Amino acid sequence: MKKGFMKKFAAVSMAVMMTVAMAGCGGGENGGDSSTEFVIGGIGPTTGATATYGEAVKNGAELAVKEINEAGGINGYQVRFEWQDDEHDAEKSVNAYNTLKDKGMQMLMGTATSTPCTAVVAKTAEDNMFQLTPSGSAVESIKGDHAFRVCFSDPNQGIASADYLAEKFAGKTVAAIYNSSDVYSSGIYEKFSAQAQEKGVKIVTAQAFTKDSAQDFTVQLQKVKESGADVVFLPIYYQEAALILTQADKMGLDVTWFGCDGLDGVIQQLGSDASLAEGVMLLTPFVADAEDEKTQTFTAAYKAAYNDLVPTQFAADAYDAMYVIKAAAEKAGITPDMSVSDICEAMKTAMTEIEVEGVTGTMTWSADGEPTKAPNAMVIKDGTYTAVA
Amino acid sequence: MNFLSYLISGISLGSVYALIALGYTMVYGIAKMLNFAHGDVIMIGGFVVFTAISSSLTSPAVAIICGIVVCTLLGVVIEKIAYKPLRNATPLAVLITAIGVSYLLQNVALLVFGSASKNFPNIFKWCPDWHVTEGLTVSGVTIITIAVTMVIMIGLTLFIHFTKPGTAMQAVSEDRGAAQLMGVNVNTTISLTFAIGSALAAVASVLLCSAYPLLNPYTGAMPGIKAFVAAVFGGIGSIPGAMIGGILLGVIENLSKAYISSQLSDAIVFAVLIIILSLKPTGILGKKISEKV
Repeated sequence: MKKGFMKKFAAVSMAVMMTVAMAGCGGGENGGDSSTEFVIGGIGPTTGATATYGEAVKNGAELAVKEINEAGGINGYQVRFEWQDDEHDAEKSVNAYNTLKDKGMQMLMGTATSTPCTAVVAKTAEDNMFQLTPSGSAVESIKGDHAFRVCFSDPNQGIASADYLAEKFAGKTVAAIYNSSDVYSSGIYEKFSAQAQEKGVKIVTAQAFTKDSAQDFTVQLQKVKESGADVVFLPIYYQEAALILTQADKMGLDVTWFGCDGLDGVIQQLGSDASLAEGVMLLTPFVADAEDEKTQTFTAAYKAAYNDLVPTQFAADAYDAMYVIKAAAEKAGITPDMSVSDICEAMKTAMTEIEVEGVTGTMTWSADGEPTKAPNAMVIKDGTYTAVA
Repeated sequence: MNFLSYLISGISLGSVYALIALGYTMVYGIAKMLNFAHGDVIMIGGFVVFTAISSSLTSPAVAIICGIVVCTLLGVVIEKIAYKPLRNATPLAVLITAIGVSYLLQNVALLVFGSASKNFPNIFKWCPDWHVTEGLTVSGVTIITIAVTMVIMIGLTLFIHFTKPGTAMQAVSEDRGAAQLMGVNVNTTISLTFAIGSALAAVASVLLCSAYPLLNPYTGAMPGIKAFVAAVFGGIGSIPGAMIGGILLGVIENLSKAYISSQLSDAIVFAVLIIILSLKPTGILGKKISEKV
């Protein structure tokens, strides 16, 4: 009942939004003077259930833009960053994209989440607009040669995890708990299980849950317990992981937990029970507590700008994304008076030629838009993330 | 042995559904409307209690009382502003309004408390877990939830049958027009129903968040829907039915996760609901008119 209503509601609000967007077309009052500044658009969910990710991306990008502008901009031109909310909804995301075009956007840094990104990437392909998603990790999210990403793709995380387990936990049995209603989680799991088979990692049980039953994991944990697995692979986000760790502790389940970048944030989520996260391992390109200077500078600047908020991987991806755009734009030598399509052509060549040292690692890109960077294995020790030697 | 532990975890889950379902069934039984905002009142209650506890000015007991007071006021205000003007409108209009209130509460919470999930402290740590046998444990929160649900269920039944406002509620439930002619103040009675239903939501929020310590603006939505299903299962309008429906729902959900498929558990729950409703259209306890509140 609720869902059906939502659709109608979405349809009506779509109609309203489209009217507004189209009304905006004629005026162009928001366009600004496009020859004196770069206009970079950003899209992500700043309201709705996944608002945490959109907010982090927006914050990270705005921080980078501020720094870039203070340091003289890109090729001597200031950058204007325009943000639109998409509520993690594909249709709203396309609307947001149209609104941003009316505002004179020349390049798109977005969208933050995979499903909307997959819809928008078709639009940017039509317009030949350069697109760089910080965190859209589904394979299809960067379809076309004009689109690139900063984060790892889901399959790459699954493959890297299986490789890591095969190497460091040879001979141990593995169980997996994943969210079958989420493309991120199921995407990683599928590749993980395929690669695990190839590498001879034995998966003794795979338990799924859906977003509608993501509170009680006792049955799944009981199954894991019965299977006698040594390692439990958790390609899920930290909210559910926190519940799983709490419930596993109650059941006295003693295993090694192993996850991907989605687990970043689990320590804060557990709050006063943070000790439960001790020994949890994760493969992730970014952790706020890492010791290197670049991460520490970024974390300090982010905390200062946003009320002591600890940056997540999404914030770091977006922060890097802006510097990647800067690096590619400087390599390509683009100027704001060029057409969107010309900018895109110059940028996509430049992307494959640059190497960017960001807070999420040192990255290079192939023409298909995938980044190459090393995943770091981290283990939670004494309440912080420590690199595994 | 394994079966027993699945059963117990099902009862734990079900007891939370049962507690929420009591609020649904109470409001439906008397006001004849589905208060879809019930789950979100629970979420607000959770945030109030969380804020009170984490400010460390108050003890958990005072925090719970704060939560109950705020939720009761919220329930009465929602009823006055959103539902009362629609007293004579079609049921569909009221239903849509309730969905609107649900989204309003979610989005207000999103603005005020932000989207990041909070870790709700378990305030029932003092209640020890019950170790039945080796590897078979019933958590303290579950024992308290079942106890609280039983107490509320009995209390509500007594209230409705043996007090004056309770009898008025029964009258409004049976025939609103006739009750008004007999001098029952329908508006006050319905307001009182919402006040009680929302106070129950506050109690449910504390137990829900203690059992599953993840609090965000969407915390109430899914348990709310499941509890609504539980209320229909047990016979909507029936107070003992809500309890039975809740527990059954939790048990079926967990057993189908364990023995059929962890992905299909929701589909199976709803399939069972369809079967039960096609055999007994009024739900398990829906037939006994005398139990209607």
